[in-house]
Amino acid sequence: MAMKRIGVFICHCGRNIAGTVDVKRVAEEIGKREDVAFSTTYIFMCSQPGQKLIEDSIKKYNLDGVVVANCSPTLHERTMRNAAARAGLNPYRVEIANIREWAAWPHEDNPEAATRKAIRIINATIEKLKANASLEPIEVPVTRRALVIGGGVAGMQAALDLADSGIETILVEKESSIGGNMFRLSETFPTLDCPQCILTPKMNDVGGHPNIKLYTYSEVEDVEGFMGNFKVKIKKKATFVDWDKCTGCGECLRVCPVHVDSEFDLGMAKRTSIYIANEQAVPLKALIDENSCIRLQFEKKVREGKIKPKKNVKICSKCADVCEPKAIHFQNNEEIVEENVGAIIVATGYEVVPAEAFPELGGKYPDVITALQFERLLAPSGPTAGVPRRPSDGKIPDSIAFLHCVGSRDPQNGVPYCSRICCMYTIKQAMLVKHARPDIAVYDFYIDIRSNGKGYEEFYHRAKEEYGVNFIRGKVSKVYKVGDKYRVQGVDTLTGRIIEVDVDMVVLATAAKGSSTVKELAKKLRIPYDEWGWLKETHLKLKPLETPVGGVFIAGAAQFIKDITDSVSQGSGAAAKAMALLAKPELEKEPLLAKVDQEICAGCGRCKDQCAYDAISIDPVRHVAVVNEALCEGCGACSANCPTTAIQVVNFKKGQIIRAVDILAEVF
Amino acid sequence: MKYTIKEDPHKNELVQKVIEISGENIFSCYQCGRCSSGCPMAEFMDVLPNQVFMFLQEGDVDTLLKAKTPWICAACFTCTVRCPVGLDLAAVMEAIRELQLRKNYDYIDPYKVEDREELPPIAMVSNFRKFTP
Ligand SMILES: Cc1cc2nc3c(=O)[nH]c(=O)nc-3n(C[C@H](O)[C@H](O)[C@H](O)COP(=O)(O)OP(=O)(O)OC[C@H]3O[C@@H](n4cnc5c(N)ncnc54)[C@H](O)[C@@H]3O)c2cc1C
Ligand code: SF4
Ligand code: SF4
Ligand code: SF4
Ligand code: SF4
Repeated sequence: MAMKRIGVFICHCGRNIAGTVDVKRVAEEIGKREDVAFSTTYIFMCSQPGQKLIEDSIKKYNLDGVVVANCSPTLHERTMRNAAARAGLNPYRVEIANIREWAAWPHEDNPEAATRKAIRIINATIEKLKANASLEPIEVPVTRRALVIGGGVAGMQAALDLADSGIETILVEKESSIGGNMFRLSETFPTLDCPQCILTPKMNDVGGHPNIKLYTYSEVEDVEGFMGNFKVKIKKKATFVDWDKCTGCGECLRVCPVHVDSEFDLGMAKRTSIYIANEQAVPLKALIDENSCIRLQFEKKVREGKIKPKKNVKICSKCADVCEPKAIHFQNNEEIVEENVGAIIVATGYEVVPAEAFPELGGKYPDVITALQFERLLAPSGPTAGVPRRPSDGKIPDSIAFLHCVGSRDPQNGVPYCSRICCMYTIKQAMLVKHARPDIAVYDFYIDIRSNGKGYEEFYHRAKEEYGVNFIRGKVSKVYKVGDKYRVQGVDTLTGRIIEVDVDMVVLATAAKGSSTVKELAKKLRIPYDEWGWLKETHLKLKPLETPVGGVFIAGAAQFIKDITDSVSQGSGAAAKAMALLAKPELEKEPLLAKVDQEICAGCGRCKDQCAYDAISIDPVRHVAVVNEALCEGCGACSANCPTTAIQVVNFKKGQIIRAVDILAEVF
Repeated sequence: MKYTIKEDPHKNELVQKVIEISGENIFSCYQCGRCSSGCPMAEFMDVLPNQVFMFLQEGDVDTLLKAKTPWICAACFTCTVRCPVGLDLAAVMEAIRELQLRKNYDYIDPYKVEDREELPPIAMVSNFRKFTP
């Protein structure tokens, strides 16, 4: 039944609309329509009195439909629909006519045209509204489990909060141990806590929590489904070791003859081919790196027919020989597991740009390293036991230069943004050097010191006043080798002179970027990211943890580089968001979905081919299209392709749209 | 204009002397510039007060010993009152003046001053104080 008693409410939006559109005239014109029972204007329809006006009018005039002419429906459609529902009108009998963005703002210079356009937009909306059906939200069941991707401090915090609230949580980490970048650090600004001391309790909690299922050395392979009901495929990469048997005793590490750069130590130390991520790894399990293991390489070449094995030749199995529990089997144990979850938190963290990317700053020399590498040299548990040594010759340096903003704040040659944490960690590292060896001269070249956090500026002043660090304001342009030393050519912009100093080592505070794996992952999750690999939030200020995909949240440095305090806060925040979603037994879903008229449907399947959400199947018996309401997002791609108009999105039926377009397309 | 840092400025002997005479940790200056923006004599100086601290932090006392600034400083203490980290700049300026003067050399020989008899004694005393500390 087409509506006959429609109410139209025209918003002034202060002067945003009323300053251009003659709202009084619009209300009068629209009021002349037979199907409009009431039309009026109000200064702010979204205000409480504005909403009250809708409620009261619905009752007073017995309205059967409402058009609110105001701003974009993304802002206030829900507000207006809720107001109608309070007065007993089905909320899907309310439509928004956007006369602010479409009429007032673009035609500020022509009020007459803006007014006529507003009238036309409202007329078209009324035509569409008249054929709207009353709808009820669809309820979909929720899987009360969560997935966290990334086992850094942010991901661990999120997993622990979820698990503590009784939600079974799956944590997927691509490395063989959880801990993330924080576990690499020497000490943490501004408190100078030992990160291993404060992080191992959390790591052990994660490892032993009855509600946490930990998949390390694993990656998310595929994601299907929707908010409340995701189906996730996880790839457990090959370790060649049976982790159920491995006790983490480390005997195998002592006999393995192959030595390669350690990932955990970022090349500042070597590891064996069979290795455990680090001494405090969770889980403490050994795995073989296929690319360097003599045996696995040999077997691969045999498989590929590149070599023929001679009889009786003994190929290395030193590790397996010493492994008491017989955990090492050399078998490719890659495996895909499937998990169902209701919410997903992405906490994949950051990476830093390597020193090699800055040849002009000496990045090609072994003693010019990134700050993250230098963290390993300052870590008491690291390869040099916390005493800085030159990677080239192991000598304790007499002098070190720290360069800020390497690649950051440099839209021409690097990234445009400030990497936010480097000022603080550089100051920290300078302090730690002076603490370990007060004789080492330390030069800190900065553009500005950005120390905007609790206790941060005070930390900087301590470095200046108490630790004997030399701060020089100006960006270094060149580092080159002079004999055994590295000549740093900088500037002091405060006295206006070129500054030159010869040092034994240079530490580069290189720019941070999102994890290099994140783009591929984001595509699987259908969430947006920017060109630097940072995941995009729905709203930077008001929805920093949400993504446009319902049920998928982001936390920690994956969103943008941040310090530990902020990463942990976001981890907890994202967990709370996921909990709110999983607390409901069922989720309400907008009922604006595709519906098939099975009388007309020919079962051709063209709609099925168009659907990006795999929501349509063809019933093999009746040979008609069937829509899975839980999967359908109401995009309309199917309906546009249906040759018989059998499949249409509710309240966006062909007739409704065409009538509205006819009005909008009339000659002006 | 180029300056080569040859040793850790913290270990520079002259910088240490300035610190000793003034009693101020010149390395705590973080170059906000407030001393210079408020100094009534700054417009006549060849090195701004904040730059004095930067030269010191780079171990370049030689430049300061050649500069006019320490002598133009009126010791009015405006900078000292305003410095956010509580540095007594006036004391540092005085320290630089003293460094320049303390060379075991009599800048004034009272016996060579003409009209010695007629000069008010206070003028003699203040001359001694300013030039031979
Ligand atoms: C040199 C340096 C010094 C620092 N010092 C300090 C300090 O003193 N104090 C401080 O507060 N902050 C410091 N920070 C910042 C600190 O490292 C970060 O705030 C913190 O590590 C962010 O935690 P996160 O969990 O968000 O990310 P990360 O620590 O980066 O953890 C992300 C995790 O996700 C995993 N991962 C990535 N991609 C995938 C994938 N596709 N699938 C599965 N897992 C994946 C990674 O392997 C990693 O374990 C420093 C940073 C640097 C570079
Ligand atoms: S020797 Fe065996 S049990 Fe011990 S760490 Fe190696 S694989 Fe694990
Ligand atoms: S935090 Fe400091 S060093 Fe890092 S980019 Fe920003 S200003 Fe430069
Ligand atoms: S509207 Fe059609 S194409 Fe779009 S999600 Fe639903 S079924 Fe798929
Ligand atoms: S006011 Fe103090 S801190 Fe600021 S520049 Fe002058 S001496 Fe330095």
